Amino acid sequence: MIAALRKELLLQWRTRAQFMAVFVFGASALLLFSFAVGPNAEILRQFSAGFMWLGLLLSSTLTLAESFHAEMENRALEGMLLLPANARVIYYGKAIANWLQLVLLGFALVPVMVVLYDAGTTRLLSLALVIMLGAAGLSAPGTLYAAMTAQVRSKQTLLPLLLFPLIVPALLASVKLTSLIILGDPMGQLSSWMKLLTAFDAIYWSLCGLLFGRVVEE
Amino acid sequence: MIRNVAAPAIEAMNVARRYGRRWALADVTFRVAPGRVMMVAGRNGSGKSTLFRVLSTAIRPDRGWAKVGGFDVEHEREDVRQRSALLAHQSYLYESLTAKENLDVVARIIGRNATAALLDRVGLAGRANDPVSTFSAGMRKRLSFARALLQEPRIVFLDEPYGQLDPEGFQLVDQVIRELKESGATVLVATHQVDRVAGYADCSITLDAGRVIGTSGELE
Repeated sequence: MIAALRKELLLQWRTRAQFMAVFVFGASALLLFSFAVGPNAEILRQFSAGFMWLGLLLSSTLTLAESFHAEMENRALEGMLLLPANARVIYYGKAIANWLQLVLLGFALVPVMVVLYDAGTTRLLSLALVIMLGAAGLSAPGTLYAAMTAQVRSKQTLLPLLLFPLIVPALLASVKLTSLIILGDPMGQLSSWMKLLTAFDAIYWSLCGLLFGRVVEE
Repeated sequence: MIRNVAAPAIEAMNVARRYGRRWALADVTFRVAPGRVMMVAGRNGSGKSTLFRVLSTAIRPDRGWAKVGGFDVEHEREDVRQRSALLAHQSYLYESLTAKENLDVVARIIGRNATAALLDRVGLAGRANDPVSTFSAGMRKRLSFARALLQEPRIVFLDEPYGQLDPEGFQLVDQVIRELKESGATVLVATHQVDRVAGYADCSITLDAGRVIGTSGELE
């Protein structure tokens, strides 16, 4: 799996300019959300977690769909599947690389959120953990669905249509956790939402790895 | 290792495959003994590539069955992949990676380590660190050849190996196939270069509209 991950990271490095474009897209989305709410600092701060995750979600569809672009050129994915290696290796290599990219994107969007929504926190480690778990919830099913839709002409439309309903629990938990970290947790709800997100991640990281071979092989 | 040395290296029985409502392969049956070179001839669209894609486990047959190295292409895909390699129409290469990186990716995944020697063998040692996106069609074909050979397959499917190559490349393909044959590998060559391949092939089949319309030589 390390070999497959190295390949993915190498491919991402070669197309690193695209990461900047996705970040600008996500930051622009956050800016537009702040315009929609208006100059009410309290409401902006209250909705900041939701806006940040919406920005990350919208950006993730671009990242996930793009991650299979190189695989479709010259049918490289078919070439990988024909190697004497389990298809799961290819899936986990790609899913982990997508996860790393989404985590980086999430980290990069935090300062934008702080500046635009005045939503700072001192609990940076907790916030980082939530971003890592939330990004894992997006990348595991996202990589599977991106593989499924990679050969379809309208993949940019189809991917969010399939993915968004599926990741509602992960998104809900990520928004709630981020909100609790920024606004405070007087009722002690943090651990129960964390358990939900962790369970979602565990289920989808296992299930999608098992399904990948069946989904992509003709 | 082939499962049973007495068994044919490749066996196809009534193999059929369709795309939509069109049958690309219809009841293709043949057997090839280990160590033979078989030519698969036929016009464009006759089913040669589909046959190779079925035998290499890229796609499943809709009817019939096939065994490669004694393993069923539908139910024992990983075993087939352990023993075979496909040089396809598509290069299977990553455009943004260099020639060496493309081979290194495969080498690491399958646990091999001879990329420099292979690049030299296909005449690309001087362009090892150039991205594939800067390569001509012939250079891509050479690199794809190296990628297939990297797997050290006992059964090799070469789909139009001479396509897009220069005369020097033709000689390279001839030499590699001869070496594969000498090493005991079974080689299937789909080609329009019938006269050239007939010079070294042990047997051949001709396809038309997905059916075998002619055989020559001793298939098994």
